[in-house]
Amino acid sequence: MKNRSLISINDYSKEEQLKILDLAEGFEKNPRQNILNNKVIATLFFEPSTRTRLSFESAISQLGGKIIGFTDAASSSVSKGETLMDTIKTVANYSDLIVMRHPLDGSSRWASEVADVPIINAGDGANQHPTQCLLDMYSIRKTQGSLDNIHIAFVGDLKYGRTVHSLVIALSQFNTTFHLVSPDELKLPSAVKKYIKDAGLNYHQYTDMNEVMDKVDILYMTRIQKERFADPIEYEKVKNSYILKNEMMENTKENMRVLHPLPRVNEIEEAVDQNPKAYYFQQALNGVYVREALLASTLGLI
Amino acid sequence: MENKRTELKVSALENGSVIDHIPATSLFQAIRILKLDELDNQVYFGTNLRSDKFGSKGIIKIRDKYFKKEEINKIALVAPTATIIEIKDYEVVKKGKVDTPKVVENFVKCFNPKCITNHQHVPTKFTVINDGGALKLRCRYCEKTTTQATMEFK
Ligand SMILES: [Zn+2]
Repeated sequence: MKNRSLISINDYSKEEQLKILDLAEGFEKNPRQNILNNKVIATLFFEPSTRTRLSFESAISQLGGKIIGFTDAASSSVSKGETLMDTIKTVANYSDLIVMRHPLDGSSRWASEVADVPIINAGDGANQHPTQCLLDMYSIRKTQGSLDNIHIAFVGDLKYGRTVHSLVIALSQFNTTFHLVSPDELKLPSAVKKYIKDAGLNYHQYTDMNEVMDKVDILYMTRIQKERFADPIEYEKVKNSYILKNEMMENTKENMRVLHPLPRVNEIEEAVDQNPKAYYFQQALNGVYVREALLASTLGLI
Repeated sequence: MENKRTELKVSALENGSVIDHIPATSLFQAIRILKLDELDNQVYFGTNLRSDKFGSKGIIKIRDKYFKKEEINKIALVAPTATIIEIKDYEVVKKGKVDTPKVVENFVKCFNPKCITNHQHVPTKFTVINDGGALKLRCRYCEKTTTQATMEFK
């Protein structure tokens, strides 16, 4: 994976994805290592995403690397009309690797074609966010002991959530059973379901999340946004149906864990945070280890 | 008499190319893809012509013009049934069909308004997917699929 850009999760084979998870385990045990000493990493955030940026910058800092970059396009030369190509070519001269986030779909792939340093995609519009996918896989493997034969429920907005789409596609490599819980308007797109079918796996669709609670190993919650509904009345009807409460978790499996890509709004009640089955803050922390593994392997340091 | 003369003029191409068996509904798209509106050559076309095989077809004749294979194959996206004939000295010297290209570069727009190719000077690149006969284009950049219904040409 040395010197290779990571734009879409499919840029890595299954074996390469698992290799990153293995390396991330090492960084979880020993997160501070001085292996990025003398390396300059650019973090270019053409749109703000504090959570993702801090996770990357923590990973870089803990490995002893130097950070250059900007936190939103308004404060950079981009606001003066510089093209993405020019920005990337310039920054590639100053750095060993570029982490970028951009509001337009496909921007990171384009950047990887014009830069002579590797690019790690930290989100390109509604398209891809592969480090989120890897940290989700890491969290599932860590809590369940394996990625094979998992029953997972995805709850909420399955239509627009790129996080859900990438994870469904990635988990289709591992004999997963999918339980898809959403309002009718926000079902998983058929193009994504095709990956499940092509892998010879099964999915089940529900509108009531109570139907899946005792069946699953992983409960993956997502946010339902009002603006996704053509009819606001439809939103009002469903908005309280996809909120996780402690009492709903009483008959869940012992090994069941709750994941969420964060930030949450109200879809998980705060009381759930104390539940030992809540895992979403640890999940976010796992992102640092996964990003450490990616940085180190892309720069050929491990 | 007037009609007959026009018919003769169109049919009798001394040198040039005839593109036949274009679905009538795709004729103007084919003209646009080949940028025939930008040529100085004489161009004739007919549409809604009866065809035993295709129902309603279109035909284009271009005087003194021969196409490279990769150029003519572009119209396979809208006219996979099209045939091409080359004429020299009133004789047919070459006959062929269009082939569906595997990749489509820089003459189709990505339908996704948020795609980088619609905002900066990025040449479009698509992989052609044959979905049960219907051709679809998967964008190399935004990874979204442009269908025949949403296909626009640059
Ligand atoms: Zn596109």
